[in-house]
Amino acid sequence: MDDAYSFKDHQEEGTIIATKSAGQNKYKKMSMSPKEYQNFAKTREPSRSILANCVRAFLIGGLICIVGQAISEVFVYGFHMSRTAAGSPTVAVLILISVILTCLGVYDKIAQWAGAGSAVPVTGFANSMCSAALEHRAEGLVLGVGANMFKLAGSVIVFGVVAAFFVGLVYLIFGIEGH
Amino acid sequence: MIYLWAFIVGGGICLIGQLMFDVAKLTPAHTMATLVVAGAIVDGIGWYDPLIKFAGAGATVPITSFGNALVHGAITELNRDGWIGIITGIFDITSAGISAAIIFSFLAALAVRPKG
Repeated sequence: MDDAYSFKDHQEEGTIIATKSAGQNKYKKMSMSPKEYQNFAKTREPSRSILANCVRAFLIGGLICIVGQAISEVFVYGFHMSRTAAGSPTVAVLILISVILTCLGVYDKIAQWAGAGSAVPVTGFANSMCSAALEHRAEGLVLGVGANMFKLAGSVIVFGVVAAFFVGLVYLIFGIEGH
Repeated sequence: MIYLWAFIVGGGICLIGQLMFDVAKLTPAHTMATLVVAGAIVDGIGWYDPLIKFAGAGATVPITSFGNALVHGAITELNRDGWIGIITGIFDITSAGISAAIIFSFLAALAVRPKG
């Protein structure tokens, strides 16, 4: 998925090359201004129609939610849980499925096709953690797996917790009795 | 019927994510962080619960529900234990998701050799 969305990287690379050529005259062949480079890079970008991407994201995202709905129905009717209590085991099962698919290399293939459709559901969160863990396995369990597991998922947790803290603070200050 | 709404609402949230990728040119990490914060704020206003009632897994499966669950835990314990509940309650509900992801990912790293 990183390959498909590496536009930002290209942009940064472009400015670095441009400043080098301006400063040292060492890269004479690259006589483009940053603006020209950006236009050039745009023509070389693989064209992925935004509409097609959105349709794919909608379909796969919706399908994953249907699977989630089916799993939660199993917990509600099979294990006689309340709808809210069924939420946590449903998420856990989805994460297990996502981890297995990531190990088999299937999830990354789906992600390449579906874009945000497979990244936004909670399965994408698990996929980012699992693939980081697998990728850095060679560096050891502590420094590799332990230290890198939250490389992508960490920002989600940090910003989620900070946002939740401030929402809680607003409730506390204004004395709202919510939920 | 709930399956249809789960499909439409869940797909719609993913579509918003795709637009943030393609139109706003955000990285996946920025997109996810924004969606989580959006989920937290929407729950703060009190609109996420009706959405879950209406769309079921369509609202609970996308990452926005992570923000919703964080706020829910904080508010529930705030009402029960007072101000300290904001700190102690945040991970109350999301524990299942985070713990499962950590445990399964770790076991996967033990068992599987990465391809390539």
